[in-house]
This record gives sequence, structure tokens and C-alpha cells, in this order.
Amino acid sequence: MAGQAAKWRVGAAGVAVLGLALTACGGAKVGDTASGSDDSSGASGSSGKCGTFNLAVNPWVGYEANAAVVAYVAENDLGCKVTKKDLKEEIAWQGFGTGEVDAVIENWGHDDLKKKYITDQKTAVEVGATGNEGLIGWYVPPWLAKAHPDITDWNNLDKYAAEFKTSESGGKGQLLDGDPSFVTNDEALVKNLKLDFKVVYAGSETALIQAFRKAEKNKEWVIGYFYEPQWFMAEVPLVKVKLPEYKAGCDADLEKVACDYPVYKLDKIVSAKFAKSGSPAYDLVKNFTWTNDDQNTVAKYIAEDKMTPEAAAKKWVDANRAKVDAWIK
Amino acid sequence: MTVAVEKPPTPEPPGPEDAVPEAAPAAAVRRVSRRVVVGAILVVWLVLFAVLRGTNTLTLAAADLTDLHRWLNDVYDSIGANRNSNPLFLYFFNEIRLVIDNLATFVQHLISQPSDSRPLPQIGWLGVVGIAGFVSWAVGNWRVALLTVAGFVFFGLQGLWQESMDTLALTLTAVLVALLFAIPLGVWVGLSDRVNKVMTPVLDFMQTMPTFVYLAPLTLFFLIGGASATIATVIYAAPPAIRITAHAIRSVPETTVEAADSLGATRWQSLLKVLLPMSKRTVVMGVNQTIMAALAMVTIAALIDAPGLGKTVIQALQSLDVGTAFNAGLAIVIMAIVLDRVTTAASGREEAARRSGGRFLARRRQLVVAGAAVTAVLVYLSHTYVWAAEFPGEGSVGSSVASAADTASTWVQDNLSGLTNAFRDALTNGLLNPFQTLLTDSPWWLVGAVLVGLGVVLGGWRSGVTTAVCVGLLVGTGLWSDSMTTLASTLVATVMTMLLAVVVGVWMARSTVADRLIRPTLDAAQVMPPFVYLVPFLALFGATRFTAIVAAIVYAAPVAMKIIADGVRNVPATTVEAATSAGCNTWQIITKVQLPMARGALTLATNQGLIYVLSMVVVGGLVGAGALGYDVVAGFSQGQLYGKGLAAGLAIVLLGVMFDRITQAAARRAGA
Amino acid sequence: MTPVQTEVPQRRGTPQDSDGTPVISVRGLWKVFGPKADRVPESEELCGLTRRELMDRTGCTAAVRDVHFDVSPGEVFVVMGLSGSGKSTLVRCLTRLIEPTAGEIVFEGENIRDADDKRLRELRRQKFSMVFQHFGLLPHRRVVDNVAFGLEIRGMGRAERMKRALEVVELVGLSGYENSYPDQLSGGMQQRVGLARALAGEPDVLFFDEPFSALDPLIRRDMQNEVIRLHHEVHKTMVFITHDLSEALKLGDRILIMRDGKMVQCGTGDELVGAPADDYVREFVKDVPRADVLTLRWIMRPPVDEDALDGPELGPDVVVREATRAVLAAEKPVKVVENGKLLGIVGDEEILAVVAGQEGDAR
Repeated sequence: MAGQAAKWRVGAAGVAVLGLALTACGGAKVGDTASGSDDSSGASGSSGKCGTFNLAVNPWVGYEANAAVVAYVAENDLGCKVTKKDLKEEIAWQGFGTGEVDAVIENWGHDDLKKKYITDQKTAVEVGATGNEGLIGWYVPPWLAKAHPDITDWNNLDKYAAEFKTSESGGKGQLLDGDPSFVTNDEALVKNLKLDFKVVYAGSETALIQAFRKAEKNKEWVIGYFYEPQWFMAEVPLVKVKLPEYKAGCDADLEKVACDYPVYKLDKIVSAKFAKSGSPAYDLVKNFTWTNDDQNTVAKYIAEDKMTPEAAAKKWVDANRAKVDAWIK
Repeated sequence: MTVAVEKPPTPEPPGPEDAVPEAAPAAAVRRVSRRVVVGAILVVWLVLFAVLRGTNTLTLAAADLTDLHRWLNDVYDSIGANRNSNPLFLYFFNEIRLVIDNLATFVQHLISQPSDSRPLPQIGWLGVVGIAGFVSWAVGNWRVALLTVAGFVFFGLQGLWQESMDTLALTLTAVLVALLFAIPLGVWVGLSDRVNKVMTPVLDFMQTMPTFVYLAPLTLFFLIGGASATIATVIYAAPPAIRITAHAIRSVPETTVEAADSLGATRWQSLLKVLLPMSKRTVVMGVNQTIMAALAMVTIAALIDAPGLGKTVIQALQSLDVGTAFNAGLAIVIMAIVLDRVTTAASGREEAARRSGGRFLARRRQLVVAGAAVTAVLVYLSHTYVWAAEFPGEGSVGSSVASAADTASTWVQDNLSGLTNAFRDALTNGLLNPFQTLLTDSPWWLVGAVLVGLGVVLGGWRSGVTTAVCVGLLVGTGLWSDSMTTLASTLVATVMTMLLAVVVGVWMARSTVADRLIRPTLDAAQVMPPFVYLVPFLALFGATRFTAIVAAIVYAAPVAMKIIADGVRNVPATTVEAATSAGCNTWQIITKVQLPMARGALTLATNQGLIYVLSMVVVGGLVGAGALGYDVVAGFSQGQLYGKGLAAGLAIVLLGVMFDRITQAAARRAGA
Repeated sequence: MTPVQTEVPQRRGTPQDSDGTPVISVRGLWKVFGPKADRVPESEELCGLTRRELMDRTGCTAAVRDVHFDVSPGEVFVVMGLSGSGKSTLVRCLTRLIEPTAGEIVFEGENIRDADDKRLRELRRQKFSMVFQHFGLLPHRRVVDNVAFGLEIRGMGRAERMKRALEVVELVGLSGYENSYPDQLSGGMQQRVGLARALAGEPDVLFFDEPFSALDPLIRRDMQNEVIRLHHEVHKTMVFITHDLSEALKLGDRILIMRDGKMVQCGTGDELVGAPADDYVREFVKDVPRADVLTLRWIMRPPVDEDALDGPELGPDVVVREATRAVLAAEKPVKVVENGKLLGIVGDEEILAVVAGQEGDAR
């Protein structure tokens, strides 16, 4: 042990000398303008009056695409310091009241939250549509739609119910539901349309996507709740099943609902405080609109091509400068 | 004069002696009859089930709510609406938040996040590696120091330096805060029986209540971000430290405390000079458990914007990117292993130093000073120069890890799914479905009566009463049917966990080689975030209850295996020798000697296995288990389901308490 | 059952001559464990019950029942009994490590049961020390720190207490080990540390709770001799608990035998052997080599007319084994004389009856 200690000491002294030598030699210093560090976080020059912009990021890739582009523009064109906060919707809305969140940049309906935070607590305000249209409904993998074209009409679903049977569905056909974040009327729908199906809760978007991906790959029978825009549609273009047409008010009584889901005009929500702040980021959020294709493109960059959100946003912004300029004019 | 009065076999304890020995024959009779009674209860259940099937099942559809759920929603809403005017918030929660937030931000600025004037954290990678290595050496030994340095450098190579440091910063902050409360509280619990009685159920509650349930309210109380994440982690991580500290205090030999008393020590003196020093070693193990628990919360806390590796895992999960998730999960595992080994070495170090005697103390002091100097130089370098501040390279090792994990996962999905589907269907249709039907389709009062009956027969009247209370409260949550569905999956998962654990545990106990190979794998399985392996499991088994069961087994089996392995290994060698000399073959030794003698370990393993399986109910809800797990997840995601989610969380706690009490009482009886 | 307290003058001529007042005087001491323990000593009816009956009736266990004795200054007082007899509880009651249920314990004129916490602590710090069966050492401290522990608790300065500790370490023969840790020492040496810790505070009374029963026989004998040596050197009053009769006989000036919490007999070793109070004690002392314990006083017979009274003289407290040779060598019976007064005579017959191991009482 004595020998070891001696060795240690020699080693330590050596490292210390080496360290001092390196200090003498120098190298790029932290904070130097010429530093080799990638200067993405420091606001490049024009840090104007924008200040900090707290942007909620809800956990799905389409949202992330919106957020990436808005954040990129806010940082690079407006000089804002953007803080992205990864939050579930409910918690993000809660954040309006506490001042922790300035904007939610893709909102799916959520009339309950609107009532609670916009009407009752008055901590949030609506600032218009994103231009994206949200569809919710029942989807089947493309191979199934091709092999049995009539399956895309709900009237024919019972014919195939036996094929959809699984270990979970108790003798009936399985309707795979359940991203827990979305409201679903599916149990009522199955009952009121008198379908021989049972709703099974997958429990997460991940579970749903994995089920559809596998079904397409192995030609398995799966029907389930899904929605678009969604990046997964670019990988496997699921086919929507036609349900009885939506008419205003047909889903008023959730017990008796027997029609399709409405088309959601996806919109943007900001905190009341942010709306009054006069921040240029507020105008950006207010003016931001784009199409489903735009979003799917950026979402695909992120989810499929595994680009960072920043890189994906840069790529899209560079290619669509005109649209961006319209938001910040 | 050498005549001694017959020496008593055991030293005489002071205090009441002459415990009345139970008559042995009576116990034997009771054991036989107990088995018969259990059988009778089950037969009666089956008969009544056939008659009464489908009545009084108390089912509740996924979107339906009870009054309790609505009431909980209202409470929740009113808290949110009044948070800016309520003095409790202004002067209490906000203050707590401020302190913890400042602490967390401070540590983050130190090692992970750029602070205002700097584009980089105060201490760069070289400094952190230096500090980590130095501290590991100083509190442990050079071997763990080497491991620490290697581990930390690997984070950088994985391309996850900043994420890892965020996780480390949050973990350290949470552990610090947790210990600040936990150790004094643990000492108190250890000293006072009354406090112990009060705290035990509270700790049970804290540990079994699914994190998801209090995550959303925490953001109401403490806002989004570091403080809430830290507090959530503290809630989850403090109980083990409290329990272990209390246990350590309680296991200080009575004679030693008495000796101090007899010398006239005050309570304070005997606490400071006797109890605390003597329980230090065990308390360090408590610190270790707290760190592990804190790391387990990393991924879940990411859901309320806690920065770090957890976020990487969650984001990768959204795009089903197994490779990236695995890479980040691996970093968590490595961090866990490093912290575990360092704390373990720290708890053993003092003893080692004592053995080596005082001769090296002087030299060691010199080494410490030298090490501190070197570390200071490294910290300075990493503060000043970019090359030492920012980890060089693109994290190519991380990319290869990710792509290897992707390849492996794809291969498994492509080649094994036929096999796994068959297995899944056999088990689900053969065992799970009938059992679940029995539980959910029986009238609730029948199942309740059966549970209470089993509680009484297995655990005695007291556990019968506990069971009755739990059954009553379960009905009160309005989620009886969901509880029964979850119960069915939980019990199936526990049975499978135990089967696996007995096989592997016995193997580990009997073969040192097997033990040495398997143990690290078990460590990894325990700390690898479940979110990482959910995607491949989903691919293999689909969104089913079975997937949830498999995930629960992966999480629970390692604990049970370790307990059983240790239990079997602790069977006295002489007993095994005696059996061998009586001509037992290996199978007979295992079944007739080792397993029966490890009965205590087996019940403990069952108990722990069950609790661990229950703690995975929520994760199961994410992959198709439905029922309570899904209720909790949905409650976390949708405001109008919040009350139901909370009720579901309570139901999980109730199931846990019920079975914990029954198994413990049964174990005590079996041991008596 | 009333214990037989045979009033026979002290054998070794040691302690009691100092001034006669006892150091410790115990009267009607009770320790009852269980719910509402207080009522047991108060109720005559409950007092009369056996342990088992009391347990069934009240759920209480009486560990110490109505014990009384005096310990003289400088005396070694041994309490002996089998496990479960209540002797360990008794010794803990004396310093209130266990709170007695009833009775009084008078130490130097002060009833210890009336002492408040502060006074009790003071007594423990200055007057009493205890040596424990399982040592009760602090594993994280060196030997010398363990020895100095009591002094540290009193608030003595470091230099002073180290000096004192080193003295005591030397006294108990541990020189050279003062910097070792307890778990580096053998059991016997650890108990020496325990002994040193007890001695360091220079207490008036030392309590030993079966200090050597966890040790190997040879080491046990060493330690017993050590205690005898220390007793000669420091002359402390000692209360010694043991379950080993030979240890009791070897160390004890007087021995109290307990059974089921009650006193059975209290007296010197030769009294126990010579005049057992009941069958329980008789069974106990059955295998004791009587010649080693009994003195001439126990076997002498009154002189009768035909005895020749011109034989050699011996004192009454000479042990039989030592007198054997003289008696057998003498032509005539030996006269047992105390203070010039003839007490009786001992002839070959009496000696042989004892040495040959004849059963039955000596009288």
C-alpha cells in the first residue's frame, strides 16, 4: 500500500503539472466570441425587446413541429429567449395561471379546458387557428383497406368482427382505443351503433402506433382510434373508416352519441398576461398558420429522419421563407 | 472448583421471561385445517359465482364518473383557481418552492445549464469528471473512482453529457432535500414506537401511491419545473431512507445503549455518541436506496418538464425510437451503478481503514490534499477553456449504441413475435381470462367476503379487519370492477414473478458463477426505465394485459430473485451437510431443506414482488392493461378525469395495503 | 417461602468490619412487567400467585418479587440463579436501568427510587458502574476511547480523561492495545475493556451482569482471578450476577440464590452448601466438592466427656480440605477454637465423612 500511495502521489503531481502546462498553453476560452462552441443558445446579436418566451410543448410530434418552427423564428428573427417546456396539455393550461407558460401552439378542441381557463379563471385567451385540421376517428391499416375495401364503411364492420378478435376482447372484435390524452366516445359509439366490438384501452399513443405498424407489416387485422395530422401517417397512411356523418349537436349527449367525431380546427391559446405583454412573440403566435402538409413535413424530419427540432425547423424555414415573413411582418 | 450449574443455551435477556410456549400439536392441527378452510372458501366462491354471475358487479365505463370523482375534480379546480389569493400558497408553498427551486437551479448552473452570463455551465466536463473521481476515491476507494471516471466519460461519449448532468443535478438536489428530512425523521421513528406506528402507514402510502397521481397536483402547488420535479422525487425517494435509518437505530445492540445509560449518558449524548455513530453504516445504505429511488423517478418527472435523460427517453418514446431511448436508459443505468457502487464503498470504507490501522492515515491525508489540488486545477480548466468545458465529439458511441439496440429490437420483433403471441394467448386464455372473469363477474360482496375470509384464515383476525376496511374503501372509490381487473393481472404477474424468482434465485444461491453473472443484469433491470422496453414489448405482445404483466415481471423479478438467493444462501451449511449425509439428492436438498428453511425469504420475496408489481400498474396502463392503470394515466392527461385518476391511485394503494398486511401476518404466523 | 438468612460470622474476616452500615440496602423490591403492573405488589392475593397463575390472571410477569438484602462496603455480593430467575432484571433495577415497580433501594442513605433524572444521572456518573454480559462496547471507537467514554460523558477534558483511561487500561492488563478497535480483540480482552470502562470513573459500586458467561472456560477463569485481584487492589463494593455456582462460590462473600424472581437463600458459600434452605438449593450444591467449601465449623461436633482435649487447635473457618492433613495426622481429635473459646472438636471420622463425599447434611 505504501508503494501504491507513492505511485499515486507521483501520478497526481504529474497531472497537476500537466494541468498547469495546459493552462499556460491556453486554448479557446469560454465566453470568447471566437470560441469554438456552437453558438445556438446565445441570442445572436439582436436580442431586442422580446425577452423570454415560454412555449409549452405537448407530447406529440405534430405539436413539436409547430413548436420547433415557432421557436426557431422567435429566436432567430425576433431575438427572443425561448424556453420550451415539455408538458401534458392539462398541465400546460394550468401553467397559464401560474405564469409558467405563455403559449400552447396546437390545441385540439378541449372545450372543458377552455371553459375552465378562458371563461372561468380568465387566465388564457384564444388567438386563432393554426390552419391545421384535426381529424379523429377509426382507422385501419392500408393493406386491410385494399384487401377489403368495404371495411371502410361502419355498416360492414360487424361482418369482420370475428377477424378482429384478440385475447383482450372477450369474444368480440377489438376496437383499439386509448391515447389517454384524447376524449373518446367510442364505448358509446359501439353501443349505439350496435356493433359486435369491445373497446380495449391501449393506454398510449406509442401503443397505438406500434399496433398499426405491426399490423401493416404482418398483415394483421387491427382497427383503432387514431387522428391526423400525425407523423405516423407519413410512414403508414392509415385509412379512415366512415362513421355516420357528424352534424352539429349530434354529440351533445355523450351517452347517446352515434355519429363521427367533428373536424377540429386546431387553434392556439396564450396566457392572458402574454397577450397583453406586447411581446413580438405574441404577434408571431397570433399570425402563425400553416397547412397539414407543412406540419407533416417537419414532423417527418423529426420523427423519421431523426433530425433535432432546431435542424428540422431551419430546413423548413429556409425553404418557406415567404410564409415565415408573413407571420412576422 | 469447576462445577458449573447447567449452562443455559441462550444468554438470559433482561425483562419478562417465560414466554408461554404454544402447544406444538395444536399448531399442527391448525395448519392442516387452515388449508382445508381456504379450500372450502374457494369452493363456496365458485359455486356462488356460478349462481350469481354478473350481478352486483359495480362496473363503471371508462368515461363515467361517480360523485366522489366529481367532488375531487372540484377540489382540484378550486385549488387551481385560488392559488394566487390563498395565504397558504403565498406564504408556505411558494416559499418552499423558492428555496428548492433556487437550490436546483444552483446545482444545474454549476454542472449542467448555462447561467446568465455564460454560454456554458460553471464547471465543464473535465471538472465534473475530476470532482466525481476525487470524491469517489475519497469516500470509497480507487476502484470505484476508476469506475466513476469511466462512467462519466461514457456519458460524454454517448452524446448525453448535458442530459446526464441535468439528471445528476436533479437527483443530487432531491437526495439532499430528502435526506435532510428523512434522516432526522428516521431517527425519530427509530427512537419512538408511537411515531413508528404513525409513520409506517404514511410511508406505505407514499411508496405505493402511483407517482402519476400526485404529479399534476404538484405542479399546481409548486409550479412547473425543477421544484416540482424535485419534490415529486423527494416524496418517492425519502421513505426508504426513513425506514432504513429507523431500522439502523433500532438494531443498535441494546447492551450498548444500556451501557451508555449506566454511565449516566443523557438521551442526547447517547444519540450523538452511540446511536448515530453505530448506525452510520446502515444509514449510508439508506442513502444508497434513496439515490436509486430518485433515479427511478427521473423519467416520470420528465412529464412535468424535469430536464435530463428522462426527457430524452420520453421524447424517443413518442416516435417509437427504441435506440435513442435505450441509449438514454443505458446512461441512467450507468449512473445508478456508479452511484450505487460509490455509496456502497463509502459505507464499507471506514471499516477497511480501521483494519489497515492508523499507519496510513498521515499519508492518506497528503494524498487527499494532492487529489484536491489536482481536482481544483481540473475545475479551473473546465471553467475557463472550451475544450475542457464542452465534451468533445459528436457522441458517436451513443449512435452506435442506439443503432445496435434498434437492430436487436427489430430482430426480436421480426423473429420471435409468432412464438410470443402463442405464449401470450395460451396464458391469457388459460389463466388470466378465467381468473379475471371470476373476480369481475362475481357480485362485489361475494369477492369482498372471500377476501376477508382469506385474510382471517391466513393472517388472523386483525388482518381480516384490515381487509374488510380495504374492501369497503375500494367499493367507495367507485372503481371496484377496475380494481378487480387490476387485481387479476397483479396476482398472475406475482405468481409468475415468484416462479421465475424461485428458479433463478435457487440457481444463484447454489452457483457462485451464476450469481456473479446474473446479479449485474438484475441491477440493470431494476434501474432501466420501463419506458425503454415498452416499445419492443408492445411489438412482441401487442397492447394487451399480458404486455403489462411481462413489464411488471421484468421490474419485480430482480428484487424477488435477490431476496430468495440470499435467503437460500443463508441456510446453515451444516443443515445442508446433514441432509447430504442422509443421502438426499440435489432435488431433495432444494425442495426439502433449502426452500423450506428459506421460508422467511420466500414470504418476504412474495411481499416485495407484489408491491413492485403494483407499482407497475400505471406503466401497465400505458401498454394495454386498462383498468386502474389506465384510469390513473387518463386522469393525469385529462382534467375531467382527474378525480377518477386520484380515486384509482387510492385503489392501488388499498390493494397494496391489503395484500401487504395479509402476507406479513401470514408470514408471522408461518414463522411462529 | 421465606429465605433463610443464616446469621453466621463472616468467613474471610474481610469487609463488614468497616463500620457496619450497608452501602446498598434493598427492601421489598418488585419488578412486574405487563399491563397495570403496579397493582400486583399491592395486592396480597396477587402476590401469592405463582408466576404462571399471575400470567394467566393478569397478563403480567413478575420478574423480581419482594427481594431484600444489604450489601456491605467492600463486599462482593453475588446474585445467582438460572436463566429466567430475574437476576438480570434485579441488577438493572438497582441502578434503575429498569424502573422497579415497588420497594426501596437505599444507597448511602438515599432512596434511589426518589432520585430525579438529573440526580440519577449523577449517581450513575459518579457512584455506579456496570459491566455487561455482551460488553456493550462502541465498535467505532478505539479501546482507549471506549474506556474514556464515561469520563467524556461527564464532561472531563480530553487530555485528562486520556491520561486516566491509559492508567486503567494498564490496570486491567491491556497495555499495548489502547489503539485497537474492539472487534480486533478476543472476547476476554473485550470484557477487560468493559471492566476498564467501569473502573475509569472510580465508582463506589461495580455491578457485573454475568460478565464472563459469554467467554471460554479458561478465559473465564483468568477473568475471575482478575476480578479477585482488582478487588484486592481497589476494594470496590461489587454486585455480581452469575448463573455459575462455582463462580459464585469463588468470588462471592455472600450469595443470594433466586428462583422465579424470589429469593431462595442468602448466605455465605459454606452456608449454602452446609445448610441448604430447600431442595432446590440442595440440588444446586449437590456436586460441589464439599471439602473445598465447608469449614470446620460445619463438621465439628460438641466435645463429649471421653474426648481427649489436648489435641492441636484450628480456627473454625479453616476449610475442610486444608484441615484434612492436620486432623488425620493428629493422634487426637482437633479442637476448633475461636478467640480462645472451644467451639467443638473434629476427628478423623468427621473429616472422612466429608472428604469421602458422604451424602446428606453435614449436621
